[in-house]
Amino acid sequence: MINHLPILQVIVPLMAAPVAALVRKRGVAWFITVLATWASLAIAVLLLLDVRDGGTIRYALGGWAAPWGIEYRVDTVSAYVLVIVAGIGAIVTPYALLSVRREIGVKQAPLFYSALLLCLCGLLGITITGDVFNLFVFLEISSISAYALIAMGPDRRALHAAYKYLIMGSIGATFIVIGIGMMYMMTGTLNMADLARLLPSVGGRTVTVAFAFLAVGISLKLALFPLHQWLPDAYAYAPSTVTAFLASTATKVAFYVLLRVVFSVFGVVFAFETMSLHWALLPLAIVAVLFASLTAVYQGNVKRLLAYSSVAQIGYMILGVSLATVTGLTAGLLHLFNHAVIKGALFLAMGAVMYRVGSVRIEAMQGLAKRMPWTMAAFVAGGFSLIGVPLTVGFVSKWYLVLGAIENDMWLVAFFVLVGSLLAVAYIWKVAEAAYFKDYIGDLDVREAPLGLLVPMWALVVANFYFGVDANLTVGVARQAAELLLGVGP
Amino acid sequence: MTGLFGLSEPMAALAAVLIPLFGGGLVLALGKRPNRREAATLGTSGLLFLVVLSLLGPVLDGARPRLVLAEPLPGLPIYLEVEPLGLLFALVASSLWIVTSLYSIGYMRGHHEKNQTRFYLFFAVAISAAMGVAFSGNLFTLFFFYEALTLCTFPLVTHHQTEAARKAGRVYLGILLSTSIAFQLLAIIWTYSLAGTVEFRPGGILAGTGASGTVAAILLALYVFGIGKAAVMPFHRWLPAAMVAPTPVSALLHAVAVVKAGVFSVLKVCVYTFGWEFITDTGASDLVIWAAAATIILASLVAFTKDNLKARLAYSTISQLSYIVLGALLANEWGILGGGMHIAMHAFGKITLFFGAGAIMVAAHKTEISQMKGLGRTMPITFGAFFVGALSIIGVPPAGGAWSKWFLGLGTLEAGQVGLLAVLMVSSLLTLVYLLEIPVKAFFLSPEGGKGSTGIKEAPLTSLIALTLTALASIILFLQPKILYDLMSLVVGS
Repeated sequence: MINHLPILQVIVPLMAAPVAALVRKRGVAWFITVLATWASLAIAVLLLLDVRDGGTIRYALGGWAAPWGIEYRVDTVSAYVLVIVAGIGAIVTPYALLSVRREIGVKQAPLFYSALLLCLCGLLGITITGDVFNLFVFLEISSISAYALIAMGPDRRALHAAYKYLIMGSIGATFIVIGIGMMYMMTGTLNMADLARLLPSVGGRTVTVAFAFLAVGISLKLALFPLHQWLPDAYAYAPSTVTAFLASTATKVAFYVLLRVVFSVFGVVFAFETMSLHWALLPLAIVAVLFASLTAVYQGNVKRLLAYSSVAQIGYMILGVSLATVTGLTAGLLHLFNHAVIKGALFLAMGAVMYRVGSVRIEAMQGLAKRMPWTMAAFVAGGFSLIGVPLTVGFVSKWYLVLGAIENDMWLVAFFVLVGSLLAVAYIWKVAEAAYFKDYIGDLDVREAPLGLLVPMWALVVANFYFGVDANLTVGVARQAAELLLGVGP
Repeated sequence: MTGLFGLSEPMAALAAVLIPLFGGGLVLALGKRPNRREAATLGTSGLLFLVVLSLLGPVLDGARPRLVLAEPLPGLPIYLEVEPLGLLFALVASSLWIVTSLYSIGYMRGHHEKNQTRFYLFFAVAISAAMGVAFSGNLFTLFFFYEALTLCTFPLVTHHQTEAARKAGRVYLGILLSTSIAFQLLAIIWTYSLAGTVEFRPGGILAGTGASGTVAAILLALYVFGIGKAAVMPFHRWLPAAMVAPTPVSALLHAVAVVKAGVFSVLKVCVYTFGWEFITDTGASDLVIWAAAATIILASLVAFTKDNLKARLAYSTISQLSYIVLGALLANEWGILGGGMHIAMHAFGKITLFFGAGAIMVAAHKTEISQMKGLGRTMPITFGAFFVGALSIIGVPPAGGAWSKWFLGLGTLEAGQVGLLAVLMVSSLLTLVYLLEIPVKAFFLSPEGGKGSTGIKEAPLTSLIALTLTALASIILFLQPKILYDLMSLVVGS
C-alpha cells in the first residue's frame, strides 16, 4: 500500500469523482468529496514526510519502467506543492456544503462536486508526474473541469467568464503541447529526467522554439501579466468555493510547471544563460506587481479586486524565479504556499459575505463589521498578511523576496516589491474602511455567517499567523526545494 | 537576582509589554462601570511604572536582560533586550501614562466624549506597543512593535468618527505605513543582507561589513525617512493630521509615545546598528543631517502661522523631534547624549503644553490662540504650567530642556558644524516667540468683550493635578538630571 502512494494520490479523487456524480444526492456527494480530499491530504503529507530526508520516490505506472512507461516522481518540490493543493482542497470542501447549497442548484450540486474532484485530481496529477505528456493530459483535466466549475457561478456573467477562460486556456494548452511535441521530436522521449539528460546534447533551434512555446503557454496558464486577462472575470464570477479553491491552487500548480520545465527539464544554464529568461520574466513580474495592484485599488467588486491582487502576487512569485538564486527561488516557493493560505482565507471570507448578503461589492459591505464581525475580522487579518505585516506569512515572503533582490544588487526591484505592499494597503484598506467606518444600510436580517463557513475560513487565518510566527518549517522545505531545483543541494 | 514581585529581569521586560495589554483587557471587561474602568487604567499604569523602574538599578549596574519570544525566520528572532536608551524611553512613557490617565478622566468626562471604553482600551494597547519598541532587541522586533503602534493608535486618531477624523486617519496611516514599508523595511533587509544580523549591538553591526560611504549614507537616509514617526520633513504631515484626536491622545501619543518611538528608533539605529564611529568615519550623515536641520527651522516657521493651539503645538513637536534626530546624526557623545535627554525633556514639556491646550478646550471651549486673551486670569494654574512647559521646550532654565539643548549645542561644536549651531539658536528664538506668545496674551491682555464674568472656571481637578505634576517634573529635571545623564552616559560610553 505504502509503495503505491504516488498513484493513490491521483486515483483517489479520480475514482471519487464519478461516484459523486452518480449518487445524485448532494449531501452524499459532498461527503464523498470531503472524504476524498482528506484522504488526498493524508497521502500528500505522507509523501512529503517520505522525501523530506532528501530522497526521491520514483513510481513506474503499471510496472513499465521509464522512459517507455509513465513515471511518477516525488521530490521535495512536488511533495511541497502536493501538500498545498491537497490541503487547500481539504479546507475548502467542508466549506462547500453551505456555500454550494446557496449558490448552486440541487441537480447540479453532485456534478459540481464531481468536477471539483476532477479538478483536484488534475492538479495533483500535474504535480506528481514525471512525464511531460502525462502532465499535459492532467493539465487538460484540471482546466476543463475548471471551466465547468466557473460556468456554474450564480451570476450569468460566469458563462462569459468561463468561455473567455476556455479560449485563453486552450491557447495556452496548445502552446504547451506544441512545445512538448518539439521536444519529443528532438529527443524521442517524454520523460522529464530523460529530457533533461538528452536536451543539452541535441540543442539547436527547435529546442529554443520549444522552450519559447512552453514558456508562453505556461505563462498563460499561470496568468503572468499581460496574459492574465482571463483571470479577473473567472475569479469574480465563479462560485465562492471555486474561487477560493482555484485562486489557491490552479495558478500555483502552473507556477510549479514553470519551475519543472525551466529548472528540471531545460536546466538553469540553458534557461538563464542561453535564453536569458530572467530578462523576459523580471520586467513582466514587476509590471504585474505594480499594474495589477494599482488596478485592484480601483475595483468595486471585492472578488475582482482580490483577483487582480492575485495577478500581482503571481508577479511576486515570478520575480523570485527570475532572480535565479537560492534566496529568490525560496521566496517564490514560499509565496506559493503563503499566497495560497492568504488568498484562500480572503476568498472564503468573501464567500461568507456572498452567503449572507448576496453581493461582494464594496457598497454592500458598508458597516458590515457590526453584523458579521468574525467574517470581516478574518478579511482584515488575511489583508494584513497580504500586505506583509510582521508575524504573518506575507511578511516571510516579502522578507525573502526583498533579500533576494538585494543580494542581486537590484535595489529598484526591492523597492518595487515594497511599493506593491503599499498598494495592497490601499486596496485592503478600502474594504476595511467600508466595513468598519461606514454605517450599516443593508437588510436587517443579515447575521454572522454560520460555523460551517467560519471554521474553514479561520483555519486558514490561523495558518496565516501560525506559519508567520514560526516559518522554520516552510522556509526549510522551500529552501530545500529551491536548492534541489538549482542543483546546489547540500 | 530577582526584582520586583520576584520577577527576574527578563520577565520584567516581558511584563512591561504585557501589563498594559492586561490592563486593556480589564478596561474592556469593566466597560460598563466607568469608575472601576478608570481605576483599572490607573492601577495598571502605576504597576507598569513600578515594573519599569525595577529595571533601572540592574541596568545601571550593567545588566542587559534579554528574552527571546519567538524565532519566526531562521536566524531572525523576536526578542526583548533592556538597554539604557530603551529604559529611558520606557521610563518616560510609563511615568507619563499615569499622569495622562489621570488627566484623561477629567478630560473625557468633562468633554462628554463617546466610546470611552474603546478609547482606554486602545490607549493601553498603544502603551504596550511603545514598551515593545523600547525593549526591542533587534531591528525586526522594533519594526514589529513600530507597526503595531501605528495600527493601534489609528482608532484613537479617528476616535470622533467624523469625516474629518476619517480623512486625518487616512493621512496618518498612509504616511506612517508607506514610509515604514517602503524605506524602513527595505533598510532593515538591506542591513541584514550586509551584516547577516539585525541585532542591536553596542558599536553597531555595519562596521567591518565593507559597506561603502555611499551605501551607508543611503541606508541611513532610508532609516531617517523610513522612521516616519520621527516626522522629518517631508514626511511630517501625519502629525498635524493626528491632532483631530482627543487631546489626551495628542498629549501622550503624539507628543510622547508615538513620536518618541520614532526619534528613539533613529537614535537606536544610529547608536546600535551603525555605531556612531562608523557614521563619522564614513560621513554617512553629512547630507541627511541637513534634512533634520531644515525641519527644525521650517516647522518653527510654520508653527508661527498657526492660530489653532493644537496645530501650533504639533508643528512645534515636529521641530523639536528633529533636534533629537539631529543629535543622533551628529554621531558624537554630546549629540547622542543631548538627543537622548531631549526625549525626556521634550516629553515632559510638551505634554504639559498639550494638557494645557486640552484644559482650555474643556473649561473655556477655546481652541484658537487669538481667543485666549486674558484667559490667564481665570485659569492661572493652567497657564502657569503652560509657561513652565514652554520654557522647557525653548530650553531656558529653570526647566529641563536647558540641559538637552546645551548638550546638543556642544555636539554641533564637537562635530565642527557651526552652521548647525546657528540653526539651533535661530530655532530657539523662534520657539521663544511662538510659544511664549500664548501665556503672555493670556496673562497680560484683557479679554475681548469687556471684563464681565464669562462663567469660565479652571479645568477639572484631575486634569489640573496632571498638568501641575508634569510642569513640576520639568523643573525637577532641571535640578536633578542625573538619572538621565547616567543612563545616556552608559549609551555613549559603550
